[in-house]
Amino acid sequence: MSSTELLQAIVDGILTGGVYALMAAGLTLIFGVMDIINIAQGVMVILGAYLSYVLSVHLGIGLLPGLLITLPVMFALGMAIEFCFMRRLRDQDRTQMSILVTYAVAIVIEGVLTAIFGVDFRQLQASYVNSSVHMLGFYLPVIYLIGFALAVILLAVLYYGLYRTKFGRAVRASLQNRTAADLIGIDVNRVRTISMGIGVAVTAVGGMVFGATNSFNPNTGYDLISRLLAIVILGGMGSIGGAMAAAVFLLVINDVVAVAWSPTWAPLVYFAALVLVLSIRPQGLFGRTAARAQ
Amino acid sequence: MRRRSLQWVGIAAATAVIAVFPLLVTDPTATSIAVFTLVFMVSAAAWNIFSGYSGYLALGHAVFFGCGGYAVALAARDWHVTGGWAVFGLLPFGGLVAGLIAIPVGLVALRTRRHTFVVVTIAIFFIFQLAATNLAFTGGTSGILLPIAPFSAANFNQPFYYVAFAILIATVLASWGVRRSRFGLQLLAIRDDEDRALGLGVKTRRLKLIAFVISAVPIGMVGGLYFYFVGQIFPQFAFDPLFDLSIALMAFLGGLGTITGPLLGALVLESLQQYLTQTFSSNATYLIAYGVLFLAVILVLPRGVVPGIAHWLDRRRAQARPLHTTDREGKVPTGVAGAAP
Repeated sequence: MSSTELLQAIVDGILTGGVYALMAAGLTLIFGVMDIINIAQGVMVILGAYLSYVLSVHLGIGLLPGLLITLPVMFALGMAIEFCFMRRLRDQDRTQMSILVTYAVAIVIEGVLTAIFGVDFRQLQASYVNSSVHMLGFYLPVIYLIGFALAVILLAVLYYGLYRTKFGRAVRASLQNRTAADLIGIDVNRVRTISMGIGVAVTAVGGMVFGATNSFNPNTGYDLISRLLAIVILGGMGSIGGAMAAAVFLLVINDVVAVAWSPTWAPLVYFAALVLVLSIRPQGLFGRTAARAQ
Repeated sequence: MRRRSLQWVGIAAATAVIAVFPLLVTDPTATSIAVFTLVFMVSAAAWNIFSGYSGYLALGHAVFFGCGGYAVALAARDWHVTGGWAVFGLLPFGGLVAGLIAIPVGLVALRTRRHTFVVVTIAIFFIFQLAATNLAFTGGTSGILLPIAPFSAANFNQPFYYVAFAILIATVLASWGVRRSRFGLQLLAIRDDEDRALGLGVKTRRLKLIAFVISAVPIGMVGGLYFYFVGQIFPQFAFDPLFDLSIALMAFLGGLGTITGPLLGALVLESLQQYLTQTFSSNATYLIAYGVLFLAVILVLPRGVVPGIAHWLDRRRAQARPLHTTDREGKVPTGVAGAAP
């Protein structure tokens, strides 16, 4: 293996890592604010991909303009799920029950997608999906660049929203101590509903990029959710910066192993790296040392 | 007192019904569903010994199911075991292999707690699935054929049924024994407050590992039985993420940490799942029906069926009881399960 191949693999890993970071940021935001693990996040990415597919194939709306429609749709879906199901969970075993409820939601979404689209693999098409640019000695696929740029922009917006606005302060307050947030007049229920909406809305962008770079069917969500969970746990649950670092770290490892050794063993090294890091640092790379007492 | 004797009657009746079921119902479709249901009852009950009592949600027990299956398949192939009752003799070997594998897996995974533990078990599960797909000795994606059982076509399912039933009885006795022992109480203490249990002198690490290994062994055994029944073993069925979630769901639905809950959950869910698969020819309708039903049950009975019904019965009894009785006892009816005199 030459050093150019290695560098190329690292660059690919960073670019795809940006998109995974975005999807994982949604997951970790939902967990941080509500103590909910959204197992359906993977299937929702696939749902986002199918929405983009329908818009581009049947309505002739391009992938990028289509986001103006898919983002609000996924936002509304996230809010609806919080409103209908998550609100009813009791506080004591919220995390465990949320795994079951969101898993059931994932099954229903998978069923609906299977009923409409069948199990054939599809891929999103656009003029820029298969082209690449030659820059600084690397071949960079345009869709990876677009995905990375979108991820960076959205993560920046998310960061700004969380740390520079009044609503963001309310979110962080509910994240740190929900009773105290309630006492100082924050409508915690409203904050939770909107946070869930935001956390799910990012899957619209994730789904568009994922669908353009991978072929997918309704079943693909399960592979995706295990990878996203790995990223979120490695970064430390609830830490958006940690999720970004972990996404890039794991995807670079994945791509380097695929080039240096073999693509079949890359996922194994991906999960082995996770297990290794967690057995040394159980709280993840950037996790709070003392997890909130249950 | 009355409640306890009622319980014994219930247990005896349930055992008798399971014991005579294949003698009364000879339809092979029904009896094969029954074999699958027994396999899942064992798995859910065994999973509950670790996850239900200790509160650690493990979503990687398919590792032990698959390893038990592969151990039996490889042993039957390499030691030239011919089909028949001899293959059932290999099931303890499958359980042993699963138990041995559970030791390093548990040592690694149990360094973490709560949701990190959940995700570590999922990650370890994927490592095993990928290894089974890519290693040479497992036969890769083409899998391994097991010996063909020479039982007569009319009663083909019966031997599998009764062997699974025997494993089920052993597992339930183990679960009951653990629940009533000091060991079980220590596990429950870990579930309620691990740090305090540690502070009070409970050797949490060792206990969690022992419970983890105990829960792996029966799953390894039924894994061997399941793939002998099906006739072949592939990585995608041996290490199936749906298995992980199904047994957790069964235990949750029935009542986590109870003895009968996981059995009831598995009985209802597995037979329902098989029934739905056969009723709805399309996979999509089946998925939607299963998911919606699942959501409905979680939202209506969030504690699980067994504790939910016990709670409801106690509340009704408390309401029916005349008020002065409680006054004389100086107690307010709490409505907690087991509080009835």
